[in-house]
Amino acid sequence: MITVIDYGMGNLRSVEKALEKVGAEVRVSRDPDDLRSASKLVLPGVGAFGDAMENLRKRGLVDVIQEEAAAGKPLLGICLGLDLVFEESEEHGLHEGLGLLPGRVELLTTELKIPHIGWNRIRIEKESPLLAGVPDGSFFYFVHSYVVVPRRDSDILCTTDYGCRFVSAVEHENVSAFQFHPEKSSALGLNILRNFATS
Amino acid sequence: MLSKRIIPCLDVRNGRVVKGVRFVDIRDAGDPVELASAYDREGADELVFLDITASHERRETVVDLARRCAEELFIPFTIGGGMRDESDFRKVLKAGADKIAINTAALDHPEVINRCARRFGSQCVVVAIDAKCVSGEGEEKRWEAFVHGGRTPTGRDAVEWAVEAARRGAGEILLTSMDADGVQTGYDIDLTRAITSSIPIPVIASGGAGNLDHLVEVVKEADADAVLAASIFHYGTYSIREAKEYMAAAGIPMRLT
Repeated sequence: MITVIDYGMGNLRSVEKALEKVGAEVRVSRDPDDLRSASKLVLPGVGAFGDAMENLRKRGLVDVIQEEAAAGKPLLGICLGLDLVFEESEEHGLHEGLGLLPGRVELLTTELKIPHIGWNRIRIEKESPLLAGVPDGSFFYFVHSYVVVPRRDSDILCTTDYGCRFVSAVEHENVSAFQFHPEKSSALGLNILRNFATS
Repeated sequence: MLSKRIIPCLDVRNGRVVKGVRFVDIRDAGDPVELASAYDREGADELVFLDITASHERRETVVDLARRCAEELFIPFTIGGGMRDESDFRKVLKAGADKIAINTAALDHPEVINRCARRFGSQCVVVAIDAKCVSGEGEEKRWEAFVHGGRTPTGRDAVEWAVEAARRGAGEILLTSMDADGVQTGYDIDLTRAITSSIPIPVIASGGAGNLDHLVEVVKEADADAVLAASIFHYGTYSIREAKEYMAAAGIPMRLT
């Protein structure tokens, strides 16, 4: 059973339906026990970093997520969920994150329009079972204004060009996270979710 | 680099697609969800549904449509038609839509743009503008914004209105030329350029697509970020894939899968 973590940030229905589409058993929940009993966790989310951490704290989910990730449970972050796995963010003031991976979240620095919205290419920087069947240079759907800056280069899974090169996916052991939305990226996005569900 | 987008548009009444759509591989040509999925498989980058149900039940049909689409559609989709306020936004977004298009409500109460952008994020607020050329021959071109499905003039200059909508927090403008719509002689390049050159947010050009050169033209000459079309795809004149390959061959960055 995959648990999609519900902490009041954005629409979780698309993620839930996409996982169901690829045959996964899914539950959307904010109950810490459901997070503990899940085989895998998905941390989605759209919105502001500070609000998200506040919501996770209020619901008593920060410790649970940290414990489960430390115990090796697969965790997939999407969009804001990618930002949250890092140590801190400068979005509207400095905020502490979940700290599952070393690094920080910064405003996207580009001459182009912000937010970065639309279909853009990923460059695959290292091998991952999650990207099985996903060709280098594939397009995925992005909606964001902030980017992650991992401290370890070895955590970088994908990069993307948007007037600058930024990190569009990371992976370290059981923790993986994407800046783009696999659940909105058509067949290739579903492919990633299927890889996650069946890995 | 961001790709340019092709966006098929489906008109929906009482939960059914209004114009016939010619796909060979679908069972029910009137089911918006099945059609939308077919477009997704063909490579559409996004979809727009315009609900034209002419009754007070429209809001319920819109929420139901969003809910059903979210189960089968894995590309971003926008729903428009009679949405008026934050509570409409909340319901339809929660049902699974990615963006909401507003037209009449935004012109009636422009502050609804600010409120929805603040509350749900600019990325989901699409302001639809129906524009008609109102300048006389020999005059500098001017366009007026119309509401109520193009029936009611507002006295507002379309370019000025686009600038205001962007300033208030719209994430995107869906620009329909009433003069070009349905005629299939090409998008209104002057109108589209007048808007794209005045605002910092993406513009979806709509109205007038009759062949693939029209798609190329409005991107290259008027700097449109996305092209919306109905008839040329619905009636099978061109497939989405053909259109994308044609645009890519013309040097436009496209998502080819």
